[in-house]
Amino acid sequence: MQFETMSEFITMDGHGLYVWLSYGIGLSIIIGNLVLPLFKRKELIKSLARRLRRENNTQ
Amino acid sequence: MAGSSWLPRWFYQLASPRWCYDITGKLLPSFFIAAILLLIVGVVWALAFAPPDYQQGNSFRIMYLHVPSAILAQSCYMLMAIAGVVGLIWKIKVADMVAYACAPIGASIAVMALATGAIWGKPTWGSWWVWDARLTSMLILLFLYMGVMALYAAMDNESMAAKAASVLSLVGLVNIPIIKYSVEWWNTLHQPATFTLTEKPAMPIEMWLPLLVMVVGFYCFFSVSLMLRLRNEIIRRERRSGWVRELVASK
Repeated sequence: MQFETMSEFITMDGHGLYVWLSYGIGLSIIIGNLVLPLFKRKELIKSLARRLRRENNTQ
Repeated sequence: MAGSSWLPRWFYQLASPRWCYDITGKLLPSFFIAAILLLIVGVVWALAFAPPDYQQGNSFRIMYLHVPSAILAQSCYMLMAIAGVVGLIWKIKVADMVAYACAPIGASIAVMALATGAIWGKPTWGSWWVWDARLTSMLILLFLYMGVMALYAAMDNESMAAKAASVLSLVGLVNIPIIKYSVEWWNTLHQPATFTLTEKPAMPIEMWLPLLVMVVGFYCFFSVSLMLRLRNEIIRRERRSGWVRELVASK
C-alpha cells in the first residue's frame, strides 16, 4: 500500500481530481460497453419474438 | 471459395453465422470472468500499490488506463480493417459483422485514450491539449471510427454499407503506423512508447506488471464486448433463418 490514510488515497498529493476523473471516465466507458449490448440483445429478442408471433397469427 | 484448400477449416466455419454464434456463446463466460478479475486486480494495483513516479507523483496512475486504451484503440482498428477486407474479398458476412461490431467499441476506447491523455496532460504538461503529432493522429483515429459508424448508419443496404465502410477503414489503416511512429518522426511533448514486450521496459518492474495486467484485461474486456455485439448482429441479420426463429421462440 502506497498510502497511509484514506484521505491521502483520495487526494493523491493534489492529483486526486485528475486521477479519479480519469478512472471515472475509463470505468464508465468499460461498463457501458458491456451493459449496452446486453440491453440491446434483450430488446432485439423481444422485437423478434413479437414479429414471430405476428407471423404465426396471420398464417 | 471452393478450390482454395490452403485455408484452414476453421476459416470456413467462421463464415457460418450459426457456428460463430455458438462458439462465442461458449467462449463468453471465461473471457468475461478473466476480464473482470484482471481489471479489478489491475485497477487496485494501479491505484493503491504501484509506487508513485518520482517526477509525476500520483498523476502517473492515469497511465494504467491511458496506455491500454491507446493500444486497444489501435488493435481494434486493425481488426476492423482486416475483417472488412476479409468481407470484401471472400464475401463472408460474419467478417462484415465483426467489422461493424468493432467500430463503436473502438470509438469509445479512442475517446477513453484521448480523455485520459488530456486529463493526464494538464498536471504534467500544463495543458489539456496540444496539436502535436501523436495527439492529432489519435484524434484522426477517432474520426475514422466515427466515419465508419456514419457509413453503416447512412446506408440501408447492409452489403453496400459494409463495402463502403471497409474501404474507408482500409484507407484509414495508413494512420496506424503514423500514430505509432509519430513520437519518433516529429518533435513532440508526448513521451515515446512505454510499454513493449520485446525490449526491456522503461520503468521498474513493480510499475510495469500492473500495466501488463491492465493491457491483458483490456483485451479480454474487448473480446467480451465484441462477442456480445457480434452475437446481437448475427441474430439481427439472420432473423429469417430457422435456427434464430427457434432461439427466439425458446426465450
